[in-house]
This record gives sequence, C-alpha cells and structure tokens, in this order.
Amino acid sequence: MGEFENEIQNTMNTLDPRIKRLSLEPSAVVEKTNSHLITYEVFHQEKRGKHVTHVGVVHASNPEMALVMAKEVFGRRGKTTNLWVVKTSDVYTFGSDDEDMFETTPEKTFRDPAYYKVRDRIEKFQQRQKPL
Amino acid sequence: MYGSTNLSEEDAKRMNTTVEDPEKLEAFESRIARGEKIEPQDWMPVEYRKQLIRMIEQHAHSEIVGALPEGTWITRAPNFRRKLALIAKVQDEIGHGQLLYSAAETLGKTREEMLNDLLNGKSKYSNVFNYPAKTWADIAVIGFLVDGAAIVNQVINSKGSYGPYCRALERICYEESFHLKQGHDNVVYLATGTKHQRAILQDAINRWYVPLLHFFGPPDKMSAHSEKLMKWKVKLASNDDMRNQFLDQYVPKIWELDITFPDPNLKKNNDGIWEFSDPDWNEFKRVINGGGPCNAERIAVRKFAEEAGRWVRQALMSPTEKYVVPLA
Repeated sequence: MGEFENEIQNTMNTLDPRIKRLSLEPSAVVEKTNSHLITYEVFHQEKRGKHVTHVGVVHASNPEMALVMAKEVFGRRGKTTNLWVVKTSDVYTFGSDDEDMFETTPEKTFRDPAYYKVRDRIEKFQQRQKPL
Repeated sequence: MYGSTNLSEEDAKRMNTTVEDPEKLEAFESRIARGEKIEPQDWMPVEYRKQLIRMIEQHAHSEIVGALPEGTWITRAPNFRRKLALIAKVQDEIGHGQLLYSAAETLGKTREEMLNDLLNGKSKYSNVFNYPAKTWADIAVIGFLVDGAAIVNQVINSKGSYGPYCRALERICYEESFHLKQGHDNVVYLATGTKHQRAILQDAINRWYVPLLHFFGPPDKMSAHSEKLMKWKVKLASNDDMRNQFLDQYVPKIWELDITFPDPNLKKNNDGIWEFSDPDWNEFKRVINGGGPCNAERIAVRKFAEEAGRWVRQALMSPTEKYVVPLA
C-alpha cells in the first residue's frame, strides 16, 4: 500500500519526454465539439489485377488526408498496389431489411453451367442410333 | 490490446430487465445462434449496443494508452534493430486504436465523444497500462506477456457476433503476433545474456506478475454475470478460463529460461488447471479508480496531445461536411 502511494507522489517524475520536457498544464476543459472529422471508407488492392476490397474506415478532413491515413493504417504490412478512399456519405447501400431480395438467387440454378447436363441424353441417343 | 467484458452490478441488473420487441429479438438471437454476424445497419437490442460500445471503446483506449509506456523507450532502445521493431509496434498500437474507434463508431458513438470520455475519466482502459516501464526489460515483458495476454483475449473475442469488431480484431491479432514474437525474442536475449540482463528481466517479471493476473478481470466467483452477453456472443469465455489459457501458454516459456514468477503456489494441477495465490483484488479496484502508479500521467499525456493538436484539428475542420456513421 505504502509503496503505491509513494509511486503516485512520484507520478510526474517520469521517463516520458513529453511530460519531462514540456511544461504541461492540463486544463479541466475538454474540447466539446459537435463537428467531427468525417469518415472515409477505405479500399485496398493487394496486387495488380486483383479486386479492390473494403478494409475499413479512417477519419480525415479531406480525401488527400484520408489517403495518407489509409496508407498508415492499412498499408503498413504486406503488399499494396493502391488504396481508394470514398466519403462514407457517398456510399449507397441497400438496407439490411432488403436482404431477403437476394434469398432466392442461389435457387436460380438455370444460371449455373452445372445445371446443363446433356451427356445422358447424348448417350441414349447414340444407343438408339446403333444398327440392330 | 484489451476488451473488458466485465459488467458493473448496475449493468448486469439492467441487462435482465430491459424489454425488447420479442419478434425482433427472436430474429436477432436466432441469427447469432446460427453463427451469423450482426452488422451495423441491423436491428439490435439496446443493451447489446450499449455493452459493445463500452467494450470496444475500452479496448480502443487501451491501445492508445498502452502505446505510452512503450513509446518512452523508443529513444532509449539498446540498438537499431530493437528501435525499428519498437517504433513499428507503437505505430501498430495506435493503428489498432483507430480500427477499434471506427468499429465502436458504427454503433453510434463518435470518436470525439469517446476521446472526451477517456479524458474526463468516464470510460476506462486496461489497468495493466497504469504501471510504469522502468527498465528495458519491462519493454521485453510487455511485448511478450502483456501482448500475449491481449492476444488470448482478442482471439476469443474475434469469434464474437458483431461484424465490425470481429474484422478489426482479426487484423489486430495478425499484427500482434509480430509484437509477441519480437517480445519473446527480446525476453530470450535478456534471459540468455549477462548476469545484469537476467537480473533486470527477473525484476520486471516480478513486477508484472500481479498486473498480468489482474489483466483478465476478477475471478468468476467475484464478477457480475450475464447469461445474455454469453448468448449474444459479446462475452465468449469466462475471466478464469482466459487466465488459465494464458498461464498454460506462457508460464512454461518463462520457466524454461530459468526465470521464476514471484508466487510459490503457481503450478498446474492434475486436471490441467493452473493454481496461483489470489492476487490482491483491492489493488485492482484501486487502480481502476485512478489510484495506480501511472493513471495521472497517462491521462496527462493524452490531455497534452489533445490540447496541443486542437488548433490543427480546428483548422482542418470543414463546417459544411456532414458527419455520418461509418458503414462497416
């Protein structure tokens, strides 16, 4: 216990250069603002020729800053050929209540190549054609 | 680094009394039961939203506050290779904060509101960051064991039900595996080094042992429960289970270096459960409530950053832009 209180006493005797070197006057007033930096949706392309896919969000004051932030947050590792940013408010989506309109799509097998199976028919036909 | 799923008594009580539209709740719960994710535009219970905001926000704060003790060591890293790794790690932590703030923001609380609540003390961050990093060995131990503990927690949480949080966590876990490896490398170098290097490592382990046990929160028998949080896949494992998993993974990796933990009762019993002396949970409470060795300093640094950067943010702010909640 005693050791802890001692620690608190020494709290500002710190290794942190920001505390050590700068005179710090923490004001009681915390910025209250209703004007937030807007957000940009970030899209990442790993390689030339690959799709550009959504990876997340950054806060920025304009598209150029959004690209800088996107590079820092989503381009730190691995491969990147390009990043795109789009203002969140410029993205249009369906509502989640509309999800059911895609429900029957997987049933539309007539759109799939695998639906069209002609081999059986050809073989039956060839059987019939054979001279007796 | 950390997402606390511990409920306050008050929250636990409210969780069980809030009434939701039964039809929507049924659809919501069966979606989760099927293993599907919830996305920001979906209907969700008020308490689900509230608990997730609290949890993701705390996690985000932990990332940016967690970078502070390590950041002070960048200028004093023992060599260039260690310095590069430490800069990369600190940058990652801040990046993780940004990912998590965005994930929490999809639930309707802005990043500015979250940062304000950090500074005015309304929202918390992990206790573990209220302890000082006194020597270079602390940086090794933080990188290996604090990040190791965080990964246990985050891998489990990444299986949760909220899409944006899971996606952020997957990315974070991938990056933190580098933190862990470089931390282990650092620990092993000290442990296999000179007498002095071994001594500062042992000293750091002695000091971090209790904060590490505290990291996963109070024992299950002491903490408020909510069946709902489990059902909604907000909480996925109990504090005791996560703590046990951590000890199981990491204690042997310290022992094999002939370094000890300051607890004669630390051992694995025959059922595979780790036993240890109960750490002082009053200290845990005291640190949460601001009484830790570095609470004041951490907040002071954040306040300084907030105030020193204010003119830049204000200069950049465009009054005609309309803020909307991020999509995903």
